[in-house]
Amino acid sequence: MTAAAPTLSPVARIVVVAVALLLVAFPWVARLLDADFYISTASRIGIFAIAATSLNLILGYGGLVSFGHAAFVGVGAYTVGIMIDGGIVNGWLGFGAAILAAAAFSAVIGAVSLRTRGVYFIMITLAFAQMLFFLTNSVKAYGGDEGLSLLARSEFGLGLDLQDDTVFYYLVLVLLALVIVLVHRLVHSRFGRVVQAMREDDIRAEAIGFPTYRYKLILFVIGGAIGGLAGALMANQQNYISPNLLHWTQSGTLMVMVIIGGVGTLFGGALGALALLVLEEVAADYTTHWQFYVGWILLAVVLFAPRGLMALRIGRRQDAARAGKQR
Amino acid sequence: MTAVLVLEQALNGLQFGLMLFLLAAGLTLVFGIMDMINLAHGSLYMVGAFLAAWFAQLSGSFVAGVLLAIPATAVLGMLLESTLLRTLYARDHLSQVLATFALILIINESVRMIWGTDMALAAPAALAGPVEIVPGLLYPSYRLVIILVGAALALLLYLLVAHTKLGALVRAGASNREMAMAMGVNIRRLFTIVFGIGAALCAVAGALLGPLFAVQVGMGESILILAFVVIVIGGIGSIRGALFGSLLVGMVDTFGRTLLPGLFGLFLPPQWASATGPAISSVIVYLLMAGVLFIKPQGLFPARG
Amino acid sequence: MSLLSLTGLSKRFGGVDATDDVSLEVGDGEVHALLGPNGAGKTSLINQISGALLPDRGRILFKGEDITRLPTHQRVARGLVRSYQITRLFKSFSVLDNLALAVQARSGSSLSFWRPVTRESSLFDEARVLLDDIGLAAQAQVRADRLAHGEQRALEVGLALATRPSLLLLDEPLAGTGPEESERMVALIERLRSATTVLLVEHDVEAVFRLATRVTVLVNGRVIASGEPTAVRRHPAVVAAYLGDEAAV
Repeated sequence: MTAAAPTLSPVARIVVVAVALLLVAFPWVARLLDADFYISTASRIGIFAIAATSLNLILGYGGLVSFGHAAFVGVGAYTVGIMIDGGIVNGWLGFGAAILAAAAFSAVIGAVSLRTRGVYFIMITLAFAQMLFFLTNSVKAYGGDEGLSLLARSEFGLGLDLQDDTVFYYLVLVLLALVIVLVHRLVHSRFGRVVQAMREDDIRAEAIGFPTYRYKLILFVIGGAIGGLAGALMANQQNYISPNLLHWTQSGTLMVMVIIGGVGTLFGGALGALALLVLEEVAADYTTHWQFYVGWILLAVVLFAPRGLMALRIGRRQDAARAGKQR
Repeated sequence: MTAVLVLEQALNGLQFGLMLFLLAAGLTLVFGIMDMINLAHGSLYMVGAFLAAWFAQLSGSFVAGVLLAIPATAVLGMLLESTLLRTLYARDHLSQVLATFALILIINESVRMIWGTDMALAAPAALAGPVEIVPGLLYPSYRLVIILVGAALALLLYLLVAHTKLGALVRAGASNREMAMAMGVNIRRLFTIVFGIGAALCAVAGALLGPLFAVQVGMGESILILAFVVIVIGGIGSIRGALFGSLLVGMVDTFGRTLLPGLFGLFLPPQWASATGPAISSVIVYLLMAGVLFIKPQGLFPARG
Repeated sequence: MSLLSLTGLSKRFGGVDATDDVSLEVGDGEVHALLGPNGAGKTSLINQISGALLPDRGRILFKGEDITRLPTHQRVARGLVRSYQITRLFKSFSVLDNLALAVQARSGSSLSFWRPVTRESSLFDEARVLLDDIGLAAQAQVRADRLAHGEQRALEVGLALATRPSLLLLDEPLAGTGPEESERMVALIERLRSATTVLLVEHDVEAVFRLATRVTVLVNGRVIASGEPTAVRRHPAVVAAYLGDEAAV
């Protein structure tokens, strides 16, 4: 009997389908309740969900505590932004370039950073991201520290008008679904097994014959590339690019989303993005010192519930099954 | 580019480097001995600055403000260590990053709630004027005092680490924690003391730099990352590495910002120079870090073999 | 030509010569044991042979090829594999998955991102054969970190075996095992002889003299004797070394 194939329990399947239907129906519901504004908020959450999922791939599954992930998101955003500013609004070109640029930067940064381990790796990824932040901050041609407003959104043809918030929302939703499917297949593939083995014990993985540096780098680049995609969407959603996208606190925010949602789980990034952004919206309505409360909540999560929201999910059967198999 | 200008920049670089050292020293010991990444170290620097400003306001004296802020921050640091941070030593690095990140949020907002977004801290009037170090160079006396204090503290730290029993324990812990524990060292107390010393050094740096850089919420974060760069270059757990790294970073950063735009102007057409000069000078420290890492991934003076 | 040939290998750590001018030959088909008191430098030597450590001086030839500076995973690809004294297993993976992973490392590229690995029945079939070999068939689905100590040691060896080694480096395989598990491990190593050459580091002198066809003794990083087990046992330098360190042995 082979190890079980990666399927979800019947309960989990129903939940996923229900949530998917809800997400698809969301814009209509919002319009019915005269809350159109929330459609663009939902898009923003979806974009962060993609970014957080890409980080969860590197950090949750791969065990690489990369503290500079926002830099790759920022590279994606700036690539699209610079192109739109230069008159190139073709979405296929723009998004393609954004993903490639993010992949290129993560390849270079990863190549240097992955030679180190532990605390060094964390600090170095942080430092490189901050370096990119300073770079974008000082390039006056693209707004410098004030950022750059974008006068148009990307155009994909096919009759899609991304200026329409609802159309944009569906684009984000489709891409998020695609990313989650991609991550799911990746994690259960040969590559995914090696990645998880390396997270457990990368020295042993090397000792049974895997070229660990190479595989870590590839993982890092894949994560960075997906981050670049999120950045391209972000630039479009905000109609604005600014160095703040690359600030290290943004990297921290992504990490917070990952831990709140569930490190190393498929939906952890998305759940974490939803939870944190909703929390911030609600808290900001009550007090200007909302960061104080978010800080305490984060501290509580780290100390008492480090497995995040996904640990609460229904399906004890899944947990028992997981005990004997890998994720 | 005169000799006087170079000397002035060198002094600035020295001043910045020495202050950076005060932060990096405490940080590198925490990394080296406790194997813990502490993002809230910059917050102690900020709290030190705010306390100095507050005490100075209450007492009417800059010096009193600084002298009171140091033990106060040290106590705060030790409290933090013995309650919260201690629970993180055994946890994985991600948890440490996130918990101390949460601390930054909490401490930043707390400071904002207590004192507001910023506070005034003025250097003492006696040090307002310049000193003529060499003919033609008038250097602010306050900055000179910072250099002297920084150098004195560096010397004191060296004596502490190299010639006292506490220092020996710290060195043992930095190079091999398990061995130190096995030898019966009271690790818990050692950690708390080390943390307290680190917090005190942060307070000195924060208080002294306050008049130069502005005492404001969030001042800790930017200097924290530079401190990280210093430690990566110098090697985790090594005070000597922290000193060397700080001075190197201080010099490179200062000279980079002042020399590079001019230098670029010599080789590149003006629009290019004015665009790329500032950009490169802001990142040159990071390029330096990358360069060092390529040759020596453990830093220049790693405490562990 | 020997399978493994060490020439003048030296490694210095913080003022101590962990490995001091070590020269050693391991022939095809041998069970070669490395003995020595604590701190003799046995693990350092294994680390240099496996690639975890780079020697300061000296050469390592494997199947005639100079592998002194080759990265670990490339040594594994050439058939040189080690197991660990303190078990290093993939803790959250099941026993079967641990073995399947090692088989995967050997069989084709892992740059496969889409196809679920569970569909590759050949990997798991081979893993199951190994499972039987190491006697853990009943524990196939158990998480590695839930195994008994001796079972973990067996899996440890199994992982190394899965890579189909020509030379297997066993770092204290009997460490911490009780008498029954010890017997099983010795029997396992006996069975391995036909499939692979073994270089084994051990403290358990009796087990070593049962298993080994050749013995090398290390003291303070230097080789003091090497040859047939019975001859080495009586070598005056060896007797002196062990008498002076009886508590350790």
